[in-house]
Amino acid sequence: MSTGRASADVIVIGGGIHGCSTALHCALRGLSVILIEKDHAGRHASGVNAGGVRQLARHVAEIPLSNASMAIWHNIAELVDDDCGFTSDGQVMVAENEADLANCRARVDDLNLRGFHHEELIDAKELREIVPAVSDDCPGGVISRRDGAAIPLRATQAFKLKAQSLGVDVREGVRVTKVERDGANWRIVTDAGDILSPRIVNAAGAWGDRIAADLDEPVPLEAVAPMLSITAPLPAFIKPVVILRGRKLSFKQFGNGTVLIGGGYLGRAIRDENRTILDWAKLGSNMKTVWDLFPIMRGASIVRSWAGIEGRIADDLPVFGRSAKHEGVYYQFGFSLHGFQLGPGAGAVMAEIIATGRSNVPIDGLGIERFAQAH
Amino acid sequence: MIPLTDIGQLAERYDLVVVGAGPAGLSAAARAAELGLTVLLADENPAPGGQIYRAVTTTPVKDRAILGEDYWRGADIVARFERSKAAYAPRCTVWALGPDEAEPEIFEIGLSLDGKARMIAASQVILATGAQERPFPIPGWTLPGVMTAGAAQIALKGAGIVPSGPTVIAGCGPLLYLLASQLAAAGADIVAVLDTTPKRNWSKALAAFPDFLRSPYLAKGLKLMAQTRRKLRFVSGVTGLAAKGEGMLASVTVERGGASETITCDTLLLHQGVIPGINLSSAAGCDHLFDAEQHCWVPRLDSWFASSVPGIAIAGDGAGIGGAESAALRGEIAAFDAARRLGRLSKPDRDQQAAPIRAELERRLRGRRFLDLLYKPALQFLAPKDETIVCRCEEVTAGQIRDTALRLGVTGPNQMKAFLRCGMGPCQGRLCGPTVVELISEVRGTSPAETGYYRLRPPVKPVTLTELAALPQTDASVKAVVR
Repeated sequence: MSTGRASADVIVIGGGIHGCSTALHCALRGLSVILIEKDHAGRHASGVNAGGVRQLARHVAEIPLSNASMAIWHNIAELVDDDCGFTSDGQVMVAENEADLANCRARVDDLNLRGFHHEELIDAKELREIVPAVSDDCPGGVISRRDGAAIPLRATQAFKLKAQSLGVDVREGVRVTKVERDGANWRIVTDAGDILSPRIVNAAGAWGDRIAADLDEPVPLEAVAPMLSITAPLPAFIKPVVILRGRKLSFKQFGNGTVLIGGGYLGRAIRDENRTILDWAKLGSNMKTVWDLFPIMRGASIVRSWAGIEGRIADDLPVFGRSAKHEGVYYQFGFSLHGFQLGPGAGAVMAEIIATGRSNVPIDGLGIERFAQAH
Repeated sequence: MIPLTDIGQLAERYDLVVVGAGPAGLSAAARAAELGLTVLLADENPAPGGQIYRAVTTTPVKDRAILGEDYWRGADIVARFERSKAAYAPRCTVWALGPDEAEPEIFEIGLSLDGKARMIAASQVILATGAQERPFPIPGWTLPGVMTAGAAQIALKGAGIVPSGPTVIAGCGPLLYLLASQLAAAGADIVAVLDTTPKRNWSKALAAFPDFLRSPYLAKGLKLMAQTRRKLRFVSGVTGLAAKGEGMLASVTVERGGASETITCDTLLLHQGVIPGINLSSAAGCDHLFDAEQHCWVPRLDSWFASSVPGIAIAGDGAGIGGAESAALRGEIAAFDAARRLGRLSKPDRDQQAAPIRAELERRLRGRRFLDLLYKPALQFLAPKDETIVCRCEEVTAGQIRDTALRLGVTGPNQMKAFLRCGMGPCQGRLCGPTVVELISEVRGTSPAETGYYRLRPPVKPVTLTELAALPQTDASVKAVVR
């Protein structure tokens, strides 16, 4: 790799959708940016996830960031010159029984009280209209109508390409080995030379805990391997993305008829080898859920199953915002299996915080200080 | 041999599971069973023999002259396997191979038989899944009436079927002549054999010619070539091919020496050599290298055919193209090493018993390099013209791949998937992978080794949702994260 410049206003570590989005938004604000990625952009979680663009069923602490992101997703081509394969047919959470439905109702009521109205309760009749293929026993659910799905690697690449076109220096195949203070700057030691910058963004995903630990801000992150499977094409039978209230399932049919089946069943991640191992017994459970819910799927052929390496934090929330200890250090990792939708908005908010020192989008509850307090 | 017809009859665990019942798999399984190992040979075909000896015990083609004496030699290999105590599961597909979560030194293998799936365990695995035909993308190759020469051979061996109507065979490689002679002998109307071997390959191959002179291939090969050339219309130096027709094949257009000719035909059989099938070994995590002379990806193996994953060996043409006779010998050598790894054979015993087989293998492989160099396909047939469909599953053209590599700076086939979906269909890149790599390399000025290959994912062969749903399940938390 060419070493190029040895300093920039901002160094972003990690070429996932978050790192690429933050780099792009920093460039839009006139900052010079170097982005360092140890493999290639979107190689891990950002490139191999289910592609769900979902506000449905998010933790309340993430909803403002998710709202900001959704506004960008609906005009994504204006930002990155590519529609990223984004389609918006809603996401539906299906209640499989009355107890599930009662929980759904309580959730929607709680959100309404907080002033969020993107989730709506639907009854059995509307559920059947939106998802005709769902099993007859399901009494209703929740819909988030502006949700949808995109093509993950394409979206991440689009952010990278747009960032590059705005002058971001993207260095793929370069590994950060150490981060240390150097006067007023941070020295990023890589296997392709050192780089200096007053500001660094740790967007290193499942590897983000290592950089945080280097900076003496340990985070309880586990590298996990959520499994996904895809079928051979089937006749079109479902438009929205479907998730379940009670069991793990995420389910989506693409325009070409293939059906993506996920839900967060975990294989094993070996992050030092960029490798994952599938767990077929758990995939069996995953398929059994589909078998129960969508009789039409029983004869489908599974053509491919895989897992990406993602960073999951103990409380299932990302680390987002300034360092609690160091000037010029920002965190944006550990999105815990639900970071893809947040990428565009989180990058915009992060760039705003870096450039102006603040953002109107509340990020309370996501900061790294929540782990410092526990000690 | 213990034939198994129901997935329930498989044991929970074997010392050795061999995948594929061609010469390598049959010999490996027989030798391992003779050495006292518990062995399962799983094969997706209804009868043993693999591709080269396909249906050797069941074929309706009884006239021995049609398929040739080399084919019937497969009967001896099958007979030896049938005398062994190995378990044999025909019609059984292996779709996953990986380390067992509970016991990392044991392999977990996913298999399906008769619509039912199961996971079993093995201490050692020998992959003998053989070769596949090298993709041969030309304009019009997706038209009905165009098929691979290998597919025609399956129909001939398995069911005694030959193409009807005027038939053209095109491409290069030793098997091209064999197939032409087999089909002609079986009564096919072969109107032309179009040889695409680049003329300049001869000068490169000459360096390896002295070895070839001492090769067992020589006499057979020359006889076959002479027969084919005498009996059939043979056109050499072909530099361009296109299949033409509305909705189905009507003719093939041939370019040669600056001139063009159109040949009317009902069937066009394409073949430009064979390459190792690497889908299962890749999905299992074995390292692969790009072999510049054979111009294909091959697994990285030691002299016992052990892969980079301890416990997985790869024998037969899957280890690098060597031909049927070397395949059987490679299978035996891998079996000796499996026995040694299991502690059933000491190292000196292994070495001593394998020595004569190894010597024979060396003799059988002599001259191979000459064939590799001579029959390396021309660039225009590896990286075809823009209008040619490359990925048949997703209907992606060579032009789209070149454009995407150039415009979007795509550096490898895995990134290409995100933009064009090539390699994401049911064939898992078997039909497009080598071509996609070639095209990206051409645009970026890199070697195929630098460009890399698809990361392959299980199931390596499609398996139904119902089969997976019926797998025994652990009580893994099926509950969703509650918000």
